[in-house]
Amino acid sequence: MGWETVIGLEVHVQLATHSKLFSGSSTTFGAAPNTQASVFDLAMPGTLPVLNEQALRMAVKFGLAVDAEIGRRSVFDRKNYFYPDLPKGYQVSQLDFPTVGKGSLEITLEDGSTRVIGITRAHIEEDAGKSLHEDYQGQTGIDLNRAGTPLLEIVSEPELANAKEAVAYLKKLHSIIRYLGISDGNMSQGSMRCDANVSVRKTGSTELGTRAEIKNINSFRFVEKAILHEAQRQIDILEDGGRIVQETRLYDADRDETRSMRSKEVANDYRYFPEPDLLPVVIDEAYIEAVRAELPELPNAKRERFVAQYSLSEYDAGVIASSREMAEYFEEVVTICADAKLSSNWVTVDLQAVLNKQDLEIEQSPISAMRLGELIARIKDQTISSKIAKTVFEAMLDSTQSADEIIESQGLKQVTDSDAIEKLVDEVIAGNPEQVEQYRAGKEKVFAFFIGQAMKASRGKANPEQLNALLKQKLKA
Amino acid sequence: MALEQTDVEKIAHLARLHVSTEEATEVAKRISSILELIDQMQGIDTENVAPMAHSFDAIQRLRPDVVTETDQREYLQKIAPSTQDGLYLVPKVIE
Repeated sequence: MGWETVIGLEVHVQLATHSKLFSGSSTTFGAAPNTQASVFDLAMPGTLPVLNEQALRMAVKFGLAVDAEIGRRSVFDRKNYFYPDLPKGYQVSQLDFPTVGKGSLEITLEDGSTRVIGITRAHIEEDAGKSLHEDYQGQTGIDLNRAGTPLLEIVSEPELANAKEAVAYLKKLHSIIRYLGISDGNMSQGSMRCDANVSVRKTGSTELGTRAEIKNINSFRFVEKAILHEAQRQIDILEDGGRIVQETRLYDADRDETRSMRSKEVANDYRYFPEPDLLPVVIDEAYIEAVRAELPELPNAKRERFVAQYSLSEYDAGVIASSREMAEYFEEVVTICADAKLSSNWVTVDLQAVLNKQDLEIEQSPISAMRLGELIARIKDQTISSKIAKTVFEAMLDSTQSADEIIESQGLKQVTDSDAIEKLVDEVIAGNPEQVEQYRAGKEKVFAFFIGQAMKASRGKANPEQLNALLKQKLKA
Repeated sequence: MALEQTDVEKIAHLARLHVSTEEATEVAKRISSILELIDQMQGIDTENVAPMAHSFDAIQRLRPDVVTETDQREYLQKIAPSTQDGLYLVPKVIE
């Protein structure tokens, strides 16, 4: 009998507010240590928290985007533990009454099929500072710039069945928070962090196995590797007759392994209680509707519109709609060239290849949507062939010239003059009597040879359809 | 519900409080009497009572998302026992 994996993800998303959750300190990334840590962030006596409205709004926005129940009355609690990068001795979080309740997220798997994954809840909490364990006179250095930065912790149901689904879920989440503009979702800078609860059980069993929580996963690729590794570790233990210990494990990307971080037995008693310094947060219908009105068109709706409006395939529409920036780029290209299918191909294949190679986001594309649109327009009106278009595209990468300027200066205009093409065809036929004989004897494969020769003679500029038709006609004669 | 001395030791550890063995017995007694009161309260039917999150019958005020604090590191670090490169230094927390 085989094993199946059960995964639940806890994703911390840093909300893109200007100031902290409970204080007016800046949240800018990369500032000099402790220059954004005020008396409140340092937990000086007498300071009191005041909730940032924007953080609340962002949480509600997320809740609406995943069809979640919005907590009409949410309550903040203290989660108590001692660590030097948490000066108050407690983290303000939400335990029983989170701002975002049950919701769901549709994920798309590699084969194009979709699954709906339950979201248990999403609560607002504050981040801790950073501990730097390099040697500072044998001590630990503390930077409290990040202390008090607003986070939204999004908890999924344990419904993800394998590492690939976990990655698909994470990517969808990433796409939605970027669409909503509530976080930049930058995993390498820690603005999106993922903990995975992983357990295994005998296939078909309905009971959950003992889980281990894997922390410190900071890229999509590592999520997949860490889960695969951890599931295998647990299966090995169980098959050897061992037992899984509930614990927190750390993923080490360099060694591709997880290792035990701390035993949860004593440490994990957080003694939650309602935060007496904060009153319950009440959200009314009018507030929810106002936030709902701010929601942008989300990835699924956009994908469906792309299918309906531009006749794209579900797959292409999904790829383009997964990023708000790519979707906007694509629509600008379509507006200019008026050909959605070609635009989709150029954006998802040719342009994407360049972006991948140069490690760029589409916002940093060396070719603007306008320039690409103009290039595609020239394919469409037959000024150039698709093949020549690739040459122009390459040339555009290293210049700021428009497609028309490049076509003009490099003399790449397609030859559609039928006299010129006819002359070309005659020359090729006259120059290759042997192949002509073969073709006429029934060896039709040779046709490609003639096309090749003619194209070469025209330096790729002959209109392919015209050339094709004329060659066929002349070879028959 | 009576509290054992070991419970007191565990709670004291979590709160990072030093409680001697002699004190622990006395503290256990005192906390147990508080727990008795709680036991009494738990006997009351609260089926239709919403949990109270705060003793004030008021709701949280919100503040606009504006940076109002300025960098006061130099001033604040004057009272820190030890700093370096802008960091607060504390006893090493990992081995």
